[in-house]
Amino acid sequence: MASLTIQNVKKNFGSVPVLKGIDLEVKTGEFVVLVGPSGCGKSTLLAIIAGLESVSEGAVKIDQRVVNSVPPKDRDIAMVFQSYALYPTMTVRGNMMFGMESRGVPKPAREEAVARVAELLRIENLLGRKPNQLSGGQRQRVAMGRALVRDPKLFLFDEPLSNLDAKLRVEMRTEIKKLYQQLGKTTIYVTHDQVEAMTLASRIAVMHQGLVQQFAEPRTVYDRPANMFVAGFMGSPPMNFLPAKIAVSSSPSVVLGEGNGAAIRLPLAEGMTKSVSDGQPVILGLRPENLPLFDRRHSEDTPYLGTIDAQVEVVEPTGAETMVVVRIAGKEVIARFESHALHAVGERVKLAVDMNKACLFDPETETLI
Amino acid sequence: MSVESFTLTEVKVAPTPPRPLRERLSSFLPQLVLAPSLLATFVYVFVFGAWTIWISVSNSGDLPDYSFAGFHQYADLWVNLRWRIAYTNLFLFSTLYVIGTMVIGLTLAILIDQRVRAEAVFRTIYLYPLAISFVVTGTVWRWLFNPTTGLESMMHQLGWTSFKFDWIVQRELAIYTVVLTAIWQASGFVMALFLAGLRSVDPDLIKAAQIDGASMPRIYRRIILPAIGPIFIAVLVVLLQSAIKTFDLVLAMTQGGPGIATTVPSIYVYDLIFQRGQLAEGAAAAIMILVALALFLVPYTIWTNLRQRREARDG
Amino acid sequence: MADATTYDPLTTAGTWGRRAKVVVYALLTLFALVYLVPITVVVLNSFRDLGDISRNGLIGIPHSFSLDYWVQAWCKFCVGGTCKGIQPFFYNSVAMVVPASIISTAIGAINGYVLSKWRFPGSEVLFGIMTLGVFMPGQMVLLPWAQVLGFLGLTNTIAGLVFIHCVQGLSFTTLFCRNYYVNIPDALIKAARIDGAGFWRIFRKIVLPLSPPIIIVTLIWQFTNIWNEFLFAFIFSSGTHQPITVALIALSGGGTAVHQYNVESAAVLIGALPPLLIYLFGGRYFLRGLTQGAIK
Repeated sequence: MASLTIQNVKKNFGSVPVLKGIDLEVKTGEFVVLVGPSGCGKSTLLAIIAGLESVSEGAVKIDQRVVNSVPPKDRDIAMVFQSYALYPTMTVRGNMMFGMESRGVPKPAREEAVARVAELLRIENLLGRKPNQLSGGQRQRVAMGRALVRDPKLFLFDEPLSNLDAKLRVEMRTEIKKLYQQLGKTTIYVTHDQVEAMTLASRIAVMHQGLVQQFAEPRTVYDRPANMFVAGFMGSPPMNFLPAKIAVSSSPSVVLGEGNGAAIRLPLAEGMTKSVSDGQPVILGLRPENLPLFDRRHSEDTPYLGTIDAQVEVVEPTGAETMVVVRIAGKEVIARFESHALHAVGERVKLAVDMNKACLFDPETETLI
Repeated sequence: MSVESFTLTEVKVAPTPPRPLRERLSSFLPQLVLAPSLLATFVYVFVFGAWTIWISVSNSGDLPDYSFAGFHQYADLWVNLRWRIAYTNLFLFSTLYVIGTMVIGLTLAILIDQRVRAEAVFRTIYLYPLAISFVVTGTVWRWLFNPTTGLESMMHQLGWTSFKFDWIVQRELAIYTVVLTAIWQASGFVMALFLAGLRSVDPDLIKAAQIDGASMPRIYRRIILPAIGPIFIAVLVVLLQSAIKTFDLVLAMTQGGPGIATTVPSIYVYDLIFQRGQLAEGAAAAIMILVALALFLVPYTIWTNLRQRREARDG
Repeated sequence: MADATTYDPLTTAGTWGRRAKVVVYALLTLFALVYLVPITVVVLNSFRDLGDISRNGLIGIPHSFSLDYWVQAWCKFCVGGTCKGIQPFFYNSVAMVVPASIISTAIGAINGYVLSKWRFPGSEVLFGIMTLGVFMPGQMVLLPWAQVLGFLGLTNTIAGLVFIHCVQGLSFTTLFCRNYYVNIPDALIKAARIDGAGFWRIFRKIVLPLSPPIIIVTLIWQFTNIWNEFLFAFIFSSGTHQPITVALIALSGGGTAVHQYNVESAAVLIGALPPLLIYLFGGRYFLRGLTQGAIK
């Protein structure tokens, strides 16, 4: 078991900076997900942790030991690749044995490890087959099996589910989570899918343009995103952003839209009054699920509850719920209604907004206020 | 209205007019376009082949004579010392040539695969012999191998007077000079093929193996080289084919000499047909060359077809 | 990993990696020298005078320099009965190679187009048959060709050689082009047909514009092979109609005569120059074509 420390790691490819200073501390047994859009540097960071790429600056420590110049095979890690990278000319058993053979593990130990892992992953009946005779899900399990026989300190996953179809992806995601709960190994998992990040991680590191934007538990990243990028990246459909102004006059409020039609006043949450000043421009972030229909369950007297009148533009029933695009203060906003809500296009609806769950961002720095 | 009334009603359709000739022709256009080439190739391969076979069992002397003479030409061929030497040379040459070019080609490919700078320069240097005709290569290397003017003489001048490298004039050793030259010419080409193969290996495989703890030599041996197995076979086929057809090189380097020491089947065929006017025997020898080619080409074609079908099935 | 960069396995291997790199470079340079020696020797010798060569051998540091021998090789040297240098044979080769390359490439492209995009029952078998032509040993078809050329009245002419090389080159060019065209998405062709385009229109407007890579490769391949070809050139031409490869053999194969190595070197270089130049400038495509066509 290892803790992993990444200290101010920078990486340039030629003159192009790909990682601009990464600091991460991973505790033993944590499942950390590196999530971000393509090109954010997450795969490069993983390669550096694995020892497949060198750092331009900074240090990588596994278990307090600096491993910058230690080759991958001596770092006691195992990796599962997006393309599985199963050796095509060897059987499943051969694939799983290869690493141990290369490291000189004696035969009885090798056999025992393969048997143990094969049972764990339920691939005993596949041991004699070659990779091209396996389905996608089976290959994925064999790839994990190959990593597991190593019994490493650190488990690395590089977008392992990206090549699977949607249904299989959900199944395998649950399997990975179950495995983690059983084995509890320190894991670094790279993905661009924020749902995977939310469901699997103990902590999420959201990356963008070579920097860690936020490193926190899923709940925190979701509810209190550090900046607009994180807010917009996590959550599907993404958070809605509305330009607004703070008004501290009678009751502290967030005021939307002064152009066409009347301004919409929403109460400012209690905890926020000290952080903002009168007239300050802000960006109001509201998640779709934070814009339900105002109905009997809501009371207008609740201090932190605001209401918005909006016009329905598009109705998208998904079965489990209905996504509705409305227009608020001139901008298109996605709201999440319950599935039985049937509204016609053009109807006016009243939305309830829980301002305690709303986020305020500074328009210049895009950070959370 | 019930459903049955629909299904039982007959629908009358006007009979389709016969398609105009031009339209019918145009649907055969692909075949028509292909036809001349097909005809030419058919004649070139089958008719010529059949003709040669017929001549080989005919009474042809220095002019074609189409009367049947039996298969004695084939027997005569194998009794002939010169043919036997030619065939032995062919085996010797082919084996050494194939092994030599593959070893050197693979080595160069692996070396270049190590991401060396100036890779393009090295590749260009190794490949240029391909652009040179065998005639030129043979001539130049003949000069270099020549004891009085070439390598041996240079060594003498540099002071190493006991250096001997007169293989090319020695009966037993001349064939090896031809082998060396052929290897020189072809190893760049083999290198190019292997390099393409090495580069086509999924880089994730190599990363996985590195993490697994394998050293680079082991990775090459156990993972990369097996992954490009089919390329070995393809290269082997191309090389063997070229070895069997070798003619220009030998002619330019040694003219089959000294004496008949470096003669090869293709030279013998040429000799029989154009110098000695023994058409039937020449044709028989040519057929033997074809047999040698078919011996490995036919299994290879069958093997690639099977493999393709198996791959399509496994997906 | 979505690899934007190519991966260098030796960088993370520490000092062993660095030492290995040195060995790699050393070996590569050594081989490079072996490859370069022959051509360097020939080039140097084409400038040296005979005395220098006979004193210091062929592989020696030149002690003399003159461009004379090139001139001699080009227009004065005596070969095969005439003393006009290598010039006429050079032009013979050009007259043979250019038409043959162009025609065989053009036909090959059309054939490749048919066989990959207009499949009909049996087309794969026909493709296989056409490929057989690649493997035919030259010796087997010498006699039949002689008959055919005689019948067509083309014996000992450049036109005859062009015809032979076209027919024989067909197999190669069809193979190359077809393997390349197979990679053009069928959807493009289907869309064009729905749009109403016919066989030739699709070829002209869709397939041909996508063809430059393979056309270049095929042309280079044909040019090089036909220019360098010896057997047929030798058998089916004579006297002043011979292509340059034959002239070179006559030039330097002369058994007991005193060799004018310098002139011969210049002549050899002239003969080797066209394909070599094409290779140097079009080498990238050459290489790509080799790997695509040969690994089938």
